[in-house]
Amino acid sequence: MIELWNGLLKAVELIVTLDPEVMEIAGRSLRISVTSAILASLICVPLASIIHFRQFRGKRFLINLIQTFYSVPTVAIGLFVFVFISRAGPLGWLGLLFSPAAIVIGQMLLVTPILLGLVISALRGVDITLIDTARSLGASSFQTTLVVLREARFAVMVAIIMAFGRAISEVGISLMIGGNIRGYTRVITTAISLETSKGDLELSIALGIILISIALVVNIVLNRIQQR
Amino acid sequence: MALIETIDMWQRRDGRDILRNINLRIERGEVFALIGPTGAGKTTLLRLIDLLDEPTSGKIYFNGVDTAESPAVRLGVRRRMAFVLQKPVVFNLSVYDNIAYALRWRGMRGSKLREKVEHIIDVVGLSDYHGRNARNLSGGEVQRVAIARAIALEPEVLLLDEPTANLDPLSAARIEELISSIIRQYATTIIMATHDLLQGQRLADRVGVLMDGELLQAGSARDVFASPRNKEVAEFVGVENIIDGVITSSEDKIVTIESQGRSIEAISDYLIGEKVCACIRPEDITLSLTRISSSARNFFEGEITWLVDVGPLTRVEIQCGFPLVALVTKRSAEEMKLARGQSIFVSFKATAVHVTKLQKHKIKNMERRII
Repeated sequence: MIELWNGLLKAVELIVTLDPEVMEIAGRSLRISVTSAILASLICVPLASIIHFRQFRGKRFLINLIQTFYSVPTVAIGLFVFVFISRAGPLGWLGLLFSPAAIVIGQMLLVTPILLGLVISALRGVDITLIDTARSLGASSFQTTLVVLREARFAVMVAIIMAFGRAISEVGISLMIGGNIRGYTRVITTAISLETSKGDLELSIALGIILISIALVVNIVLNRIQQR
Repeated sequence: MALIETIDMWQRRDGRDILRNINLRIERGEVFALIGPTGAGKTTLLRLIDLLDEPTSGKIYFNGVDTAESPAVRLGVRRRMAFVLQKPVVFNLSVYDNIAYALRWRGMRGSKLREKVEHIIDVVGLSDYHGRNARNLSGGEVQRVAIARAIALEPEVLLLDEPTANLDPLSAARIEELISSIIRQYATTIIMATHDLLQGQRLADRVGVLMDGELLQAGSARDVFASPRNKEVAEFVGVENIIDGVITSSEDKIVTIESQGRSIEAISDYLIGEKVCACIRPEDITLSLTRISSSARNFFEGEITWLVDVGPLTRVEIQCGFPLVALVTKRSAEEMKLARGQSIFVSFKATAVHVTKLQKHKIKNMERRII
């Protein structure tokens, strides 16, 4: 118990004094996960719009499938990406393994189902009369899509923030294809995992507090958005 | 060339005919009111005209161009029209942006856009609501935004679907006033759907009666009201005295209609043996306490069954073999001391009787009636 208490005190000290290592790891985590969430959004928001607005065979099945992948294990994604980008893999020549870029790719894959699914539900939530209204005012089908996206903007933002939350809190992908290399690919979650196993609880707790604070901020922002 | 012309247009949904054989011509600059009861197909017809939906069969020409040609043609034509939906929804944006939105789609930017939007906001009387989110407006204000959004586009055709249906009487009156000022100011072609015949009469040059998916009659509101084409139309336009009968004699267009043992004389081309109904407007019926001599060919004795005041008039219901409704001024009702159960003489001229078909004429697939 004493050990935990000391750890906690030390951790607060690390945060308050803006310890370079803690800040560096936290900063990297944020950079990587924000990048993943944004890049994935750039792909998923248009893709979700296409899925929502087009009528095609197997649409229901596809949406069910997307929802099934909400809870895909991070290690499964880690393994999948690893197979592709490892030296012997088809994309091995890119030399991406154990790089921040690899983590970004993995996290993008991880959040894709959540983003697609939530954006599709966001679009579904828009009053169908609004589509008629846009068309009757002379919107082309592209402009109509933009109208609907704009109308669903808060729900779409919620989807993006949820995706970010999922990305920053995962550990399997960062560990397997990031490699937890100090000063290069070490992020909050992998650092906590390593330091804890080493018995260095102070750093772990400090990073844990930061991670929870990020989660808290994300939640506050989400609540604010949902109230609008 | 008509601005809009529909040819043999049918719309089927779930095995049901929503619209049957619509042949409608709308001239440029005309204000046309589509009247009919709820569920008659008015909205469906407006949606087809606005090219939001495609008809099951038939054609729609806009200014002579076949609108089925390509999606690009449809978009181009749709951009020359604007449609205010029955329950208008506003974008979750400010009043200003709601109106500016569709103008931006057409490439309008900068000060030109700003001036235009400001002007329209003024026209519809929403200057105080400029930056307010349109979602927080009342029903009447939302309707104003919807109309503003539409007229800002300077459409060649403005389509209005029941523009006052969901509003309280005061807001409805204001919207109607706005529409009539738009009619005067912009001289656009307007097609509006309404279940309110009087509104159609107040605003439109021409009304068309749509019932059960068929355009039954079109013409000036006065004509439709005075000479409904059949019993259904007569009932819809509020003809109060509709008496079913059979023509038993015909001489020089003066016919005798037998109904419940009484004979009514009227002017008509219908032949002996045809089932018809006689429509008599309440204000054309004269009441008297004694048998009077007049030029009126129809004279019956009856009994007053009900009396009720409507504004300055008194509505008198009489049973004289068939039920009749007459309107007299309140003063004459008092002078004559009209009361329930009293016997009374009614008279009306043969020319006051409009004879119309009893049965609805069923439209067949190949038949065309241009309205």
